[in-house]
Parts: sequence; structure tokens; C-alpha cells
Amino acid sequence: MAYSNKVVDHFDNPRNMGSLDKSSDEVGTGIVGAPECGDVMKLQIQVENDRIVDAKFKTFGCGSAIASSSLATEWVKGMTIAEAVAIKNTDIVEELALPPVKIHCSVLAEEAIKAAIEDYQSKQASK
Amino acid sequence: MTGTGQQLYYFDNYASTRTDPRVVEAMLPYFSERYGNSNSRSHGFGWAAEEAIDLGRERVANLIGAKAAEVLFTSGGTESCNLAVFGVARMYAEKGKHIVTTAVEHRAVMDPIRALEREGWEVTYLPVDQTGLIDIDALKGAIRDDTTLVSVIFGNNEIGTIQDSAAIGAVCKEKGVIFHLDACMGLDTEVIDVDAHGVDLLSMSGHKIYGPKGIGALYVRRRRPRVRLQPMMLGGGQERGMRHGTLNTPGIAGMGMAAELCRLERDADKVRMTALRDRMYKAFMELDEVYLNGHPTQRLPGALNVSFNFIEGESLMMGMPDIAVSSGSACTSATLEPSHVMRALGVGEDLVHTSIRFSLGRFTTAAEVDHAIEQCMGSANKLRDMSPLWEMFKEGVDMSTIEWKHD
Ligand SMILES: Cc1ncc(COP(=O)(O)O)c(C=O)c1O
Repeated sequence: MAYSNKVVDHFDNPRNMGSLDKSSDEVGTGIVGAPECGDVMKLQIQVENDRIVDAKFKTFGCGSAIASSSLATEWVKGMTIAEAVAIKNTDIVEELALPPVKIHCSVLAEEAIKAAIEDYQSKQASK
Repeated sequence: MTGTGQQLYYFDNYASTRTDPRVVEAMLPYFSERYGNSNSRSHGFGWAAEEAIDLGRERVANLIGAKAAEVLFTSGGTESCNLAVFGVARMYAEKGKHIVTTAVEHRAVMDPIRALEREGWEVTYLPVDQTGLIDIDALKGAIRDDTTLVSVIFGNNEIGTIQDSAAIGAVCKEKGVIFHLDACMGLDTEVIDVDAHGVDLLSMSGHKIYGPKGIGALYVRRRRPRVRLQPMMLGGGQERGMRHGTLNTPGIAGMGMAAELCRLERDADKVRMTALRDRMYKAFMELDEVYLNGHPTQRLPGALNVSFNFIEGESLMMGMPDIAVSSGSACTSATLEPSHVMRALGVGEDLVHTSIRFSLGRFTTAAEVDHAIEQCMGSANKLRDMSPLWEMFKEGVDMSTIEWKHD
């Protein structure tokens, strides 16, 4: 069960690891997964004029889960909301060469992006 | 983790041990020089093989206080356990069809018992407390008139907890029930005497005690009571008709030497391994939120199964690529399910994915231990920085109140 080089690279050098101010109106936070399932991802985006200008993640999970969320933040940075919503878990599977037992990690990463966007949008709506 | 060309520090002795070089040496003549069949009574090749097997049997018997005639050889711990369980259940089926075992057995015992359950046997699974021990009074209460077998693991391969085999044996003697002890783990450091512990059947595995893989032994009591087993394979009549097939001479020579070395060196090995293991544990305990899985003291000296709360076990291992260890929950990566042992201990759902099993052995050195401590602490600190759960914990969030989003 060896990891792909890309998973190892994201694990050794996680991109955008950390946290944004979750109380800010410009920041959307998505937390998905559950400790008893062995994966929890927190993905945050900072949005200006409909464009994601910053993204951060923190993940409890295996190497593939960490790599999936690290990759997700790398990708969404610079995207518009519409572009970010369109990211599919299969894109992540392909980029990281995830084996079948790790596909759920990519699903979680997709869900984390969507949850962060939802959180941002509901903050905007209630302004 | 690739294991190729990389220097690995081996902390997975409960998966398998390095074959002791003295064992390898004892085996070698039986491949290219003395390669006869021990059943060949008409020439020297056969006699040489028989001599090696007699010596191997003697040495294995010596390790557990048995007589050589009470030891038979198998292909490993799994076969020994299967033969003990199926052999007794089927031989004594007319007396009764009830078996008592525990919730923390190795699958080599658990799966044969489950198979018997499907064939109509009734089984009582004794629970364990949070240290992994069964309750002796519960055992007493579980034995019925139709119970033919009590099968209990000695040292647990996941957490190292050592059952009180002498007390279990005493109950079985009093009730007149056959007692199988799965002692695949622990004979390298613990003293088990089959008479003092009231053991009727005892399973052993070569590769867990610095012997070769693919060889095991089963002790079968001959007197008070004389235990009989229905064989699982039929053939040439070897091993008193309980285990047929040409004997594995090199394997038996190796297993015999391994047993002899355990007998001579177990006390010293135990002291050294315990000290190294405790040094490791103490270092880990300097971190917050680290929990030991297993019994604090009544535990095999090589066993260190710990949960690093808020860090997923597989990622912790990935963060220490030089160290060969096992996921503590021993969940098969195919199912990602936590093991039945961790569940039986009542380890919280949240902690079950955070455990890791270090297992030390005869060849573990202080330098290796220090290296493992350093890599593990580095990995743990890095992953806690990365963990959203650690962040919540530090912020004082009560995680039991969170509604987690998952399908
Ligand atoms: C407690 C226990 N019983 C049985 C076995 C099976 O032994 P083997 O690997 O020799 O088949 C093992 C080893 O995995 C074990 O640890």
C-alpha cells in the first residue's frame, strides 16, 4: 500500500495549512467528516468580489485525506465561486492517483469545498 | 513506507520477528545435507531427520514444562489453533456443543469458533474490561454441563494484555473442561508451565519467537486428562494420528532452537525490553492526550499500543517513514474497520482511529528506540498542528456536542 508521489509531496509539504478568521463575513468555513469515521476536514475560503483570494485547511485523517484537502485549497485559490463549485472528486482522485479504498477522501474534499461556499453564501445572505 | 532500499527501524515484532541467526544456523544442515524423511526407518538420512525432530520436540516441550511426547508440530500458529478448536469440538461433540471463549481472540481462534457456531455449536464470548482482562467469575458462570472447550488467548497480539492463565486453568480443572491456551504471543518472555497453569492444549508459533515462519507446535495433554483430537487432514499417520504429513525437519530444528533460546534468555530479554518499552511510553506521555491501550502492568514487555488523540493513526505512521509499525487498531486497510479487540476494550469511537502499535523484540536497541521516539514525536506535533480536532480541543470546544456531517 504505497502512496503516490503526489500524496507524499502534499503530506510532507502541505499547501495552505492553517486557519482563517471564521467570524469574518468574507470567510466561509466547511467542516465535514466525523472523528469516529477517521476523517475530519476543515476547509476555509476568503472571498472578495466573488473570487476566492485565500484558502486554508486543517485535516484529521490519513495521508490521502490530508493530500486531498491540501490540493483542494491549492486549486480553489484564485477561482470564482462558480469555478470552485464545479470541482469534482474524480478530478482529485486523478491528480493524486488515489486507490479505490481512498476515494472517500476525495469525496470529503469536494464536500468541504461546497460546505465552505455554502457557509460563505449564507453569511452574505443574512447580511 | 515503501520498504525498498530504505533503512527501516523495525517496531513490528508482533507481526513477525527476525529469525535469530542461531536459529538459521541450526536449520541449514536439514536442507542440503540431512534432507531425509523422518519416516524413513531404513537408512541414515531418515535417522538423522528423526534425531533432529526428537531434539526439536524436546526443546519445545522444555519451554513449557511438558513431555516431548505431548508436542506435535504444525504449519504455524493458525493451524495449531484451528486443530485445537475443531479437533476438540468434533471429537467431543457427543458430550456437548458449547464453547467458551473471549471477545479478544486472534482470528485463528475466533474464525474456527464462528464456523462451528454456523454448524450448530453454541458459544459464549466473555467480555473484557478496559485493560483487556476477562473476569474469572464470569468464566466460572459461563461453563455449562455441555461445555467441551474453553479457549483463551494468552498475550494479546494487539494490546499485549496477559490473561491470568493459571486462574483460568484452575477453573477449567475444577469444572472438568478442556482448556486451550493460544500462547502464540509471549513465550519469548513469559514463563508458562502447562501443569502449573492447568493447560490442556497450548498453541505456539515459530515466527513470533525468533524462529522461522510456517512452523508451529501444539501441546496436547496426555494424562489427566488424556486429550484427543479429531485430525483436520488425513494421510501418513504422523504425530500420533492427530496431524498427518511429512514433518518439516528444518522448521522443527529451527523452532526447537528458538524455544531453547527463549528458555535461556527470556528473563534477560524481558528486563531489557520492558525498560526500552517504558522509556518509549514515558517519552510519548510528555505529550497531552496520549492514552495506553491494554493493561498498564500485566502486559507483554514488547507491547506499546497507544492512542494519540486527535491524530489519525495512518497519518502518524506516514509521518515517520523510517519506522516500521502497525496501525494500533489493526484495521485491515481493505475495510478501514476498527478491530474487534479495540471495540471489546470499549475504546471510544473517536480514539479508535488514533492508535498505533509499537512492538519491540529481542533485537530492538536503545538507539532504535530513541530514533523512533524522535520521529514519532515530530510526526505527532506536525499532525496536531494540522488537526482541526486538536484546534477545537485547544479552543475548549466540547466535541461530543457537535453534529458531524457525514453520510
Ligand atoms: C495470538 C495469536 N494467535 C495465532 C496467531 C497465528 O499464528 P501464525 O501467524 O503462525 O499462523 C498469531 C499470529 O499472528 C497470534 O498473534
